[in-house]
Amino acid sequence: MSGRERGERRGVTRRGLLKGAGAAAAAGVIARPAAALAQHADDGVEIAGPGPVHLVLRVNGAAREVEVEPRRTLLDALRGDLDLTGAKRVCDRGTCGACTIWLDGAPAYACSVLAIEAVGSEITTIEGLGTPAAPHPMQAAFARRDALQCGFCTPGFVMACAWAAETHGAALDDATLRRSVCGNLCRCGTYPHVVQAALEGAREMTAARDSGAGDGAKGGR
Amino acid sequence: MPRNVKTTVGLPGGPTRELTVTVHELDAPRWDAAARLRVVGTDVPRVDGPAKAAGAARYTYDVARPRLAYCRLVRCFRAHAVVREVETAAASKLRGVLGVRTLVGPGGRVTFSGKGVVAVCAESEEALDDAVHAVRVTYDVRPGPATTDDARDDAAARVDPRRGNAVPDARGPERRGDPDAALARSHAQIALTFRTQVQTHSALETHGCIVEPGADDTYTVWASTQGTGAFQASMAQALGVPVESVRVITEHMGGGFGAKLGGIDEWDREAALFARELGRPVKAMLDRREEHLVAGCRPDSVQALTLGADADGSLTALVARTLGTAGNGANGADAANTRVYAVPNLLREQTNVATFTGRARAFRAPGHPQGMFALEGAMDALAEALRIDPLALRLRNDPHPLRQVQWRLGAERIGWERLRSAGPGTGSVRRGVGCAAAIWYQKGGGNWVVRVDVRRDGSVTAASAVQDIGTGTRTVLAVLVAEELGIAPARVTVRCGDTRDPAGPPSGGSQTAPSIGPPAREAAVRAREGLAEVLAREWGVEASDVAFEGGAFTAGARTATFDEACALLGPEGLSVSGTRRANYDGFHGETAGCQFAEVEVDTETGVVRVVRVVAVHDAGRIVDTLTARSQVVGGVIQGISYALHEERQLDRNLGDMVNPTLDTYRILGIADCPEIDCVLTSLDSGFNNAGMMGLGEPVTVPTAGAVANAVSHALGVRITELPITPARVLAALRRPR
Ligand code: FES
Ligand code: FES
Repeated sequence: MSGRERGERRGVTRRGLLKGAGAAAAAGVIARPAAALAQHADDGVEIAGPGPVHLVLRVNGAAREVEVEPRRTLLDALRGDLDLTGAKRVCDRGTCGACTIWLDGAPAYACSVLAIEAVGSEITTIEGLGTPAAPHPMQAAFARRDALQCGFCTPGFVMACAWAAETHGAALDDATLRRSVCGNLCRCGTYPHVVQAALEGAREMTAARDSGAGDGAKGGR
Repeated sequence: MPRNVKTTVGLPGGPTRELTVTVHELDAPRWDAAARLRVVGTDVPRVDGPAKAAGAARYTYDVARPRLAYCRLVRCFRAHAVVREVETAAASKLRGVLGVRTLVGPGGRVTFSGKGVVAVCAESEEALDDAVHAVRVTYDVRPGPATTDDARDDAAARVDPRRGNAVPDARGPERRGDPDAALARSHAQIALTFRTQVQTHSALETHGCIVEPGADDTYTVWASTQGTGAFQASMAQALGVPVESVRVITEHMGGGFGAKLGGIDEWDREAALFARELGRPVKAMLDRREEHLVAGCRPDSVQALTLGADADGSLTALVARTLGTAGNGANGADAANTRVYAVPNLLREQTNVATFTGRARAFRAPGHPQGMFALEGAMDALAEALRIDPLALRLRNDPHPLRQVQWRLGAERIGWERLRSAGPGTGSVRRGVGCAAAIWYQKGGGNWVVRVDVRRDGSVTAASAVQDIGTGTRTVLAVLVAEELGIAPARVTVRCGDTRDPAGPPSGGSQTAPSIGPPAREAAVRAREGLAEVLAREWGVEASDVAFEGGAFTAGARTATFDEACALLGPEGLSVSGTRRANYDGFHGETAGCQFAEVEVDTETGVVRVVRVVAVHDAGRIVDTLTARSQVVGGVIQGISYALHEERQLDRNLGDMVNPTLDTYRILGIADCPEIDCVLTSLDSGFNNAGMMGLGEPVTVPTAGAVANAVSHALGVRITELPITPARVLAALRRPR
């Protein structure tokens, strides 16, 4: 799934949210610019901000509390408030995929989602996939195949590739993989190794699932 | 005592050279072509790969500190302007704002888009945003030509009021023989003008640092830099403290490609001054637009080449006149368009053109991708004029013995004969193949030191202030130390990028590995000797009787593993160091390489697809073939991206960059990435104890030239301008022939 598709799937952008009710409406909280306050004061929606608001985010299976301004992106909240710094801010506009996380099991650009918008969703970050000592099969494949150089794009690529592997299973081939992760950019030029690693990681995930060993292949908790 | 050693260097089974070299008495024994090595020269996964793949590697950008404040510059986005008024009071009063400082006051002149005018510091990124937007600066905007063509005009506004913008290079022309006479006598000659674009480095981690004041006027600085040493020295100077009072840490670095060499920048200094003033840590990192505008680029070029040859294809003369801009600074025209081939008569002239734009910085093989694009384009045009095969023309004129081997190797791998004789075809999608040469010059050097510590529990640490910018320096050190100690590379902990450890080289010009690898080896050999001495005492034999083979120490019937030897160490363990010794004579001072590209060009849409690249390279002994291949592939990908997509586009009137994002400044993506076949010839260079040379730069030198030549072959029309966009392809097809 390309970056554009991801954006459409979420159906909400940073700017879009300021204009109307987004996913966060489900959580009963909506941020609006001050000018819009009067206009919407009586439509029964609770208005948050512009000062910090208290949010509970479900991150990597745990409830995490943050105190953030409604304009804070999910990426900044994860990185700055929860110290989950695997996801990176590189383009800050939904182009590069370095900030890729999973929202309710599907990849999303965390730079293009507000923290407040993610309330009620299950958030999985690269840290939730595995650790250096106990890596997810996709993380292990990336390290083994040297699908990274400076590594700044890597967490985003791993999240995108692991999702592609989970979604397509044994059917994941070279072309499908490339289409799935073409919303991620790497400046060091790791693509051929990324393809190798992703297909290998996918095979291992499928094998693990087939043999019922399960957990690692599911990714996240 | 220094010893004289007779040795053979070069490629086993290929070109070699007999040498006698004087070896430093303390240096590690030289590895020659016959050295039997266990892990060196094999695929070793990057030692920090697991941390990076898990998102656990901490880059400067990720460092979290208590009470961290944020700094950013308010910038002028006009190429040429004089500041009229600066209004900062409103910003200062905002909640969360900690400081506002004017850098360019009324009357001050700005000569490039992106110049910092006011520095702001705030408690949070949100407060910083508000403050930056609350600062009001008004300007008198002046004409400021931002392109090389506009700035050359005599009537154009001058970057430096004291002189015109176009200045002949201070080094003067390079001249050999009588090129004019030789051209007049040549059997064939071609004259072409090539143009290349400005490319930005676009590393994914932007420039910046975090400065944290400590006790007694000391500072800890986390920096995204390619040179911890230069960053430390320049930061100490900015803060007015001794160098030892500043500790710089670059544990992981998110790409630099040359743009992060040479010490601190304006934003780093402002962050430091706020940190000192506020007594708390301050972070300043650029956003994407700033990174494009102010943090460096590769100069553009206009290269007029005239090349002549005899009927048999021997080059007779080359005249190369180059213009280029490095922005509002000096230099810019240094395109390497006269190297590689032997030409008896030469004239090389360069004119640097100052423009009202941000300054160029070293960018992976400065001057070379653009120079090689032009030179190799001229070579193909000459081959056409002579009606000989482009590869045959190269083989006739290439004096490098190794490249002679590499050309043939690459031609075989890509299927040169087959693709050339099949021709481009007649359908709407045409096929082409092209080639180009790589050249570089890096043997390493300096007098850097690596320290190796061995503990009783068998743990090994290698330490150097050298930074690993993603090239695999950490892994190279681990492999070399592991080789000498007979252990697995994963058992060696490498501490990199901390100026508390012995100084290491800056990562520029492909010098890192060949500069820091040899002292790491020497240190490891010292450690092994230290362990042998401990064993000798334990066993009651002479240290010289203790041999080390197959990962174990032996003396007569006695034997000890590495761990058993370590267990005999005192509680303080063993701490030794190795020094980078001066280079020896070696096989050839130039690294050779070449690339072949196969492309498909859609003549209806103008879209170029690179199908396959064969990259044949050499960097002396390759320590880790896996990370080396990553480097080669990465260089090729950056080269294709440069050839087809990347271009800094400026508003001609305002001089601001109109595509300062990663969606509008296109870089090659995974969907368009071709198959890349990487061949490392890895000869024994002889220049240092490990025979290493630099690899990072040469691998991106030939790509654009090879791709452009392949496109020209497919179209039957010469491509003379980068990037090769669909519009340019279609325009080339419309050009009358
Ligand atoms: S930082 Fe989010 S897509 Fe680039
Ligand atoms: S590894 Fe450096 S950007 Fe991808």
